[in-house]
Amino acid sequence: MLVELGIIAVKSFIVLFMVLNLAGVMGWVERKGSALIQDRIGANRASVLGFAGLGLVNTLLADPIKFLTKEDFVPPHGDKFLHTLAPCLAFFPALVTFAVIPFGDVLVVGSREINLQVANLNIGILYVFAMASLGVYGIVIGAWASNNKFSLLGGIRGSAQMISYEVAMGLSVMGILMIYGTLEPQEIARAQGHLLWGWLPAWGIVLQPVAFLLFLTAAVAESKRVPFDLPEGESELVAGFHTEYSGGKFLMFFAGEFAEMVTAAGLITTLFFGGWQVPFLFRDGFHFPWGSDFMIPQLVVVALQIIAFLTKIIFFCWLFILIRWTLPRFRYDQVMRLGWKMLLPAALANLIVTAIAIAVFAA
Amino acid sequence: MSVEEIGFFLLATFLVGFSVLVILARNPVHSALALVAALFIMAVLFLTLNAPMVAALQVLVYAGAIMVLFLFVLMLLNPGTVERGSALAWGLTATAGAVLALELIGFVMPAADSVQRLPTSEIESRFGSPEALGLTLFSGFVLPFEVASVLLLVAIIGAVTLARRTKE
Repeated sequence: MLVELGIIAVKSFIVLFMVLNLAGVMGWVERKGSALIQDRIGANRASVLGFAGLGLVNTLLADPIKFLTKEDFVPPHGDKFLHTLAPCLAFFPALVTFAVIPFGDVLVVGSREINLQVANLNIGILYVFAMASLGVYGIVIGAWASNNKFSLLGGIRGSAQMISYEVAMGLSVMGILMIYGTLEPQEIARAQGHLLWGWLPAWGIVLQPVAFLLFLTAAVAESKRVPFDLPEGESELVAGFHTEYSGGKFLMFFAGEFAEMVTAAGLITTLFFGGWQVPFLFRDGFHFPWGSDFMIPQLVVVALQIIAFLTKIIFFCWLFILIRWTLPRFRYDQVMRLGWKMLLPAALANLIVTAIAIAVFAA
Repeated sequence: MSVEEIGFFLLATFLVGFSVLVILARNPVHSALALVAALFIMAVLFLTLNAPMVAALQVLVYAGAIMVLFLFVLMLLNPGTVERGSALAWGLTATAGAVLALELIGFVMPAADSVQRLPTSEIESRFGSPEALGLTLFSGFVLPFEVASVLLLVAIIGAVTLARRTKE
């Protein structure tokens, strides 16, 4: 019993460590990546004894110290309790959602098979959507508690945008759920190891390319990143719903946005790109379709799977950053029109076509 | 007192506390947020009753969508704080509350004692799972399900009609 709890605690620690570190590193990659795209140098002043540590000094020392030592300020007529609660509510769903995302297959230690996923729930994906729908409260409460018209506008825009794109997000995943026949992310990741026609891994992107594009768009909109960053609206709303936040509270909003980005990348990886799957790698080694087999010890297999998972997540985080610094911001009515009049009908059409295809091919 | 009972009473205390806060809070936004917390705790109670699907739906639909719209409207209208009720209102409310509490103790508790309790270990493992719910909903209860869908459609059409801008 105690060993079980210990294993779950270790897995939770690993996942939290990974998400928070990735969130921090992505902040740095964003600054340097945007500098590269905009043909400038970016932040290069933070260093310890002349050693900038590839940006780690900035990310691990300079940024946190800067944020945490700034003055903590609550607006004069703002609601003090809610003003402090909002960043916590914004940060919480991004971290908690990662509990069902698998980062490996099984690790066999002695006689014990450890499933490399923090929580194996039979409702799987529904838990993810439930936590994502709680993410709206952070910005709604943060905007309202600031007693500031710009914040309120940002919050209203943000909540409308988030609840609209939750619909498209949920519907676009329905096709994947129908094809793999399960709600559980670890089962979906395992089912993507199946080889179609003997050589093509049955990844989600192969079977549901339209759903991938819809989900990618909806995930970018949910995490309020450019081109959907109207709630923040830098050129229109000062800083939108986090105008009146500074110091540690702003750090939680800021890190929360990057953690949401990592979580969205994790979801896309698990649902559409096989999660921890390496093509042709099974639990005992490589089995290539042209006949050659390559046996590998179990620990190396697990290590390869975890590395594959991390690589895919980092790729998608990089893709989100690239999208941010390439595309201009959508106008509010364009955002709403995209969500309701384009993504939703496309997701429904995808659902119908998938259902017909499954019925035809299963017969 | 088993662990289950301690857990239940802890959750129930918080649930009742937040529900009371819904009524007693001066600020409507505080009321709405207390309701969100109460709904979340109710979802946890559903989990203890082997109903994970209902718990997920509770958070997803009720706490995650309906209450967001409540807060949306509250933010837009900004009603401000509510004044304290008069002594007469408090007196009447307390009397009604006492009568209802006596009814609860007098009628509901003896009836609850006679309900057979099934130990958790005897419940089938797929009891509250999505498969079980889906199978039941689409085989035995498909007619109420479709009627509920039509009801929602009617509500949507009604809301859109009411909010529509009439051409002058």
